[in-house]
Amino acid sequence: MSEILLLLLSTALVNNVVLIKFLGLCPVMGVSKSVDSAFGMGLATTFVLMLASAASWMLDNWLLQPLGLGYLRILTFILVIASVVQFTEMFVKKTSPGLYQSLGIYLPLITTNCAVLGVALLNVQQEFSLFKSLLYGFGSALGFTLVLLIFAGLRERVALARVPAAFAGAPVAFITISLLALAFMGFSGLNV
Amino acid sequence: MGFMNLFKHFLGDDWGVHPDDRKRPAADRPLRTMPVPEKLYLPLQQHLGGPARPVVLVGQQVKKGELIAEAQGMISAPIHAPTSGTIVAVTDITAPHPSGLTLPAIILAADGRDEWIDCQGCADPFALDPAEIGKRVAAAGVVGLGGAAFPSAVKLTGAARSKVKTLVINGGECEPYLSCDDRQMRERAADIVDGIRIMLHATGAREALVGIEDNKPEAIAAMQAAAAGEAEVHIRPIPARYPMGSEKQLVQVLTGKEVAAESRTFDIGILVHNVGTALAVRAAIRDGRPLISRVVTVNGNCANDPGNIEVLVGTLAEEVIAFAGGLKGDGIGLARRVMGGPMMGMQIPHWRVPVVKGTSGILAFDAQEVAAQEPDPCIRCGSCVKACPMGLLPLEMSARIRNSAYDEAVGIGLKDCIACGCCAYVCPSKIPLVQYFVHAKGELAAQDRNKLRNDATKKLAQQRQERLDREAREKAEAAAKRKAEREAAAAAKAAAEAAAKQASETAGATEGESA
Amino acid sequence: MIAAILSLTVLGAILGIALGIANKFLKVEGNPIVDELVDLMPGSNCGQCGYPGCVGAAEAIVAGTAPATCCPPGGKALVSAIAAKLGLTVDLSALGDDGPKIATVAEELCIGCCRCARVCPTDAILGGPKQIHNVFREACTGCEACIEKCPTEALVMKPVPVTLQHWVMPKPRLA
Repeated sequence: MSEILLLLLSTALVNNVVLIKFLGLCPVMGVSKSVDSAFGMGLATTFVLMLASAASWMLDNWLLQPLGLGYLRILTFILVIASVVQFTEMFVKKTSPGLYQSLGIYLPLITTNCAVLGVALLNVQQEFSLFKSLLYGFGSALGFTLVLLIFAGLRERVALARVPAAFAGAPVAFITISLLALAFMGFSGLNV
Repeated sequence: MGFMNLFKHFLGDDWGVHPDDRKRPAADRPLRTMPVPEKLYLPLQQHLGGPARPVVLVGQQVKKGELIAEAQGMISAPIHAPTSGTIVAVTDITAPHPSGLTLPAIILAADGRDEWIDCQGCADPFALDPAEIGKRVAAAGVVGLGGAAFPSAVKLTGAARSKVKTLVINGGECEPYLSCDDRQMRERAADIVDGIRIMLHATGAREALVGIEDNKPEAIAAMQAAAAGEAEVHIRPIPARYPMGSEKQLVQVLTGKEVAAESRTFDIGILVHNVGTALAVRAAIRDGRPLISRVVTVNGNCANDPGNIEVLVGTLAEEVIAFAGGLKGDGIGLARRVMGGPMMGMQIPHWRVPVVKGTSGILAFDAQEVAAQEPDPCIRCGSCVKACPMGLLPLEMSARIRNSAYDEAVGIGLKDCIACGCCAYVCPSKIPLVQYFVHAKGELAAQDRNKLRNDATKKLAQQRQERLDREAREKAEAAAKRKAEREAAAAAKAAAEAAAKQASETAGATEGESA
Repeated sequence: MIAAILSLTVLGAILGIALGIANKFLKVEGNPIVDELVDLMPGSNCGQCGYPGCVGAAEAIVAGTAPATCCPPGGKALVSAIAAKLGLTVDLSALGDDGPKIATVAEELCIGCCRCARVCPTDAILGGPKQIHNVFREACTGCEACIEKCPTEALVMKPVPVTLQHWVMPKPRLA
C-alpha cells in the first residue's frame, strides 16, 4: 500500500510531468485560460494517459517483445495513442459539445502530447508491471491535471490584475508558470 | 445564538461606516412651509414601477388633490395636483436622475387659490377593512418616502397576504446631512404613531418597532412620549451608523433576524416602512388627502440657511433653495448639486429639477465636501470588505467588473450589493467602487432586456411566417373555391341549356303533334 | 520483416475497425452546438450577416468562418452568449461603438407604397396603401432590410434614443 502511495506521490509531485520533466507543455499554455476548460482537459488527458499506458504495456509485452520488434515501439505506441484520442474525441463530442468546442484544437493534439508518449515509453524503460504502469500513468495524469488547474487559477487571477502592456498576455503567463516550476522544485526535497 | 452570530462575536460586527453626520444645525430649526410656487413640474414617473398615465388635457382646470395621472400596471402610483390651477403642458423635462436625461411631466400653473377638492376622510380607520385601507393608500399615490419610492400600497397589501408579524418603522435616517425624518418625528410624533397604528391594522402585524438612531435624542424623546399609551408600538434607539436605515441592516439590528441573500424581509415576516410614509398613510386615510407634499432637507456648506422645508411635489429645486435662503455668494463656491442623501443620492446637472415624492434632500456641496481625488491602484487593504454591510468583497467584485466579467461578479454576490457606498467611502485609494457596482447592475439589466427583446423578435418572426403561410393557404383555398364555383356555374349553365333545349325540342314536338 | 509488416497492419486494421464501430455508437446527429446557437439567435433571418438565415450564420460561427460578432440585431448580449458557449474570447468593446440603430420613417417623404412593410422580418412596419407608414420601436431589429426597398428614401436608420429606462451608468475610468 505504501508503495502505491509513494509511486503516486513521486509521479504527481516530485517528478511532475509538466514542471519537472517538461513534457506536455503545449496544452498547459493553451488550455489554461479558465479553470473549467482546464479541468475538462485534465480529465481527457487522464483518460487517454491511463488507456494508452495500459494498451502500450500490453502491446509491448505481448506483441513487440515476443516477436523481437522493439524498434517498432514508437510507431505502434503513436498508433495506439492516436486511436485512443480519436475515441476520446468522439466521446467528448457526443457527451459535452460545449467542452468539445472549448478544448478546440487541443483535444486532437493530445495525440502529440509528449507526456502521453513519454509516460508510455518510460513504462517500458523502467520495466513496470501492468498494474504499476497503470499507476504510473494515473500519477502522471494527476500531476498534469494539478498543474493545469493551479496554472489556470493563477491565470484567472492575473487576468484581473493590471499587467503592464509589455507583459500582458503570454509573457506574464510564462513568468507565472516559471515561478510555479520553481515552487514544484521544492518537492524534490521530499525524502520518499 | 446561531453560528454566524458567534462568528461575528469574535470578529467584531462592525459593518458600515461612521461619517460625520452634519445634521445640525438644520435638524434643530423648525419646519418651514414653502408657499405655492408659480408653476409645478410633475414627472409621470416619481416611483418605482410603471409610469403613470395622464388623465388631464392641456388647458384643463384642476383643483388641489385632483387626480391628474393614473397608475398603470401592478406596481405604479397615481399623481395628484399639488395645488389648484391650469394644466399648461405635458412635455419632457430634466429628470431628477444622474443621467441628466429627460422624462415626461405634467406642468401645472397655479392659480393662487389653492382650492382643495372634496376629501373623503375617515373618522375611524380601525373600522375599515384592511383591504380597503390598501386601496385608499394606493389611490392617494403614497410611495415610500425614504428614497426608493416604492408604492406603499403594494407593500401593505402584500404584507397582509403573506401574514407579516412585525412592522419595522425606519426612523434611522442614517444618511449624513438629512434631517427631514428627524424633524417630522420631533414635530409630528403623535400623527406618526397614529399612522403606524393604521399600518398595523392594514397589515395585521402584531407589533411595530420604530428604530431611531441615537444621534437624534429629541426625536426619540418625542416619539416615546407619543407612543407611551400604545402597547404595540415600541420605540427602539439604535446605534448611529451608516447604512443603519437600509432595510436588511435595520431588521437585523432590531429583531436579530437576518434576511437571506436575494430574498426580502417579507420572507421572514417583517415589513419595513419609513416614518414619513406613516404620516402620508395617515393623511390618506384620516383626511382622504393624497400625497402632494413632502419635507425636504436643504443642506450643504453652500446653503445659506440650512433647514427642513415642507414643499409641494413638483417644485423646482431652484425655488426651494431660494426660499430656504439661497446659496452662499450666489453659488460661486458650488462644487456639486445632489438630490437625496450624500451617500446614495444623485448628482443633478442643474437646479431646474423638480422635487419628486422620493426627494429627501437638496444638497449644495462646496469643493471641500466633495473632495474629488484621482483614484490610485488598489492596495488590497480590505477596508471595503470590513465596511460592507452585506458581507461582500467589493475589491474582488470591482476587479471583475473592470474586466467586464459581470457573470463572475454576480457569482460572488453582486446581486446582494445595496449600493450604499460604504466601500467607496472608506477606500484609501479613492476607487469609485460603488460606481462600478451600479454600472455592472445597469449593464446586467441591459443584457436581460436584450435577451427579452431577442425572444420577442423570435416570436415576431415566427408569427410573421405563420401569417404568410396562412395567407398563402387562404389564397389557395379561395382560388380553389372560385374554381369550383366557376365549374359548378358552368355545369349548371350547361344543364340549364340542355334542359331548355330539351324543353324547346319537346315543345316543338308537341307543337308539331298538335299541328 | 514480414512479422513487422503483418503485426502493424493487423494492429492498424483492428484499431480502425474498433474506431469505426465506436463511431457508429457515438455518432452525433447534426451538430448540437449549431442548434444551441440557433436557439440563441434572433431567428428573424434578416440576412445582415451575409448568410442565408440564422441557421447558416450559426453554422458559419461554429465552423469559425464567421466572427461571433456577425449578428447586428443580436447585439452585445448575443455575442457574449455565443462566446460563453464556444469558449471564445471576444473583444466586446470593438462592437457596436455607435450603439444599436432602428429604422425610422420620415413622414414627409413616405408615399405609402407598402414595399417596406412586406420585407420586414418582424412585421415592425405598420401602414396601409397610401397611408404614412410607421415603425414600432420595440419590434424593429435594425436589420435594414426595408431601407433599400423605399423608393423615396423615407426610411433611415437612426440610433435608438437613450431613455431613463435604458440608461446605464458608465463604467468608471481606470485608476
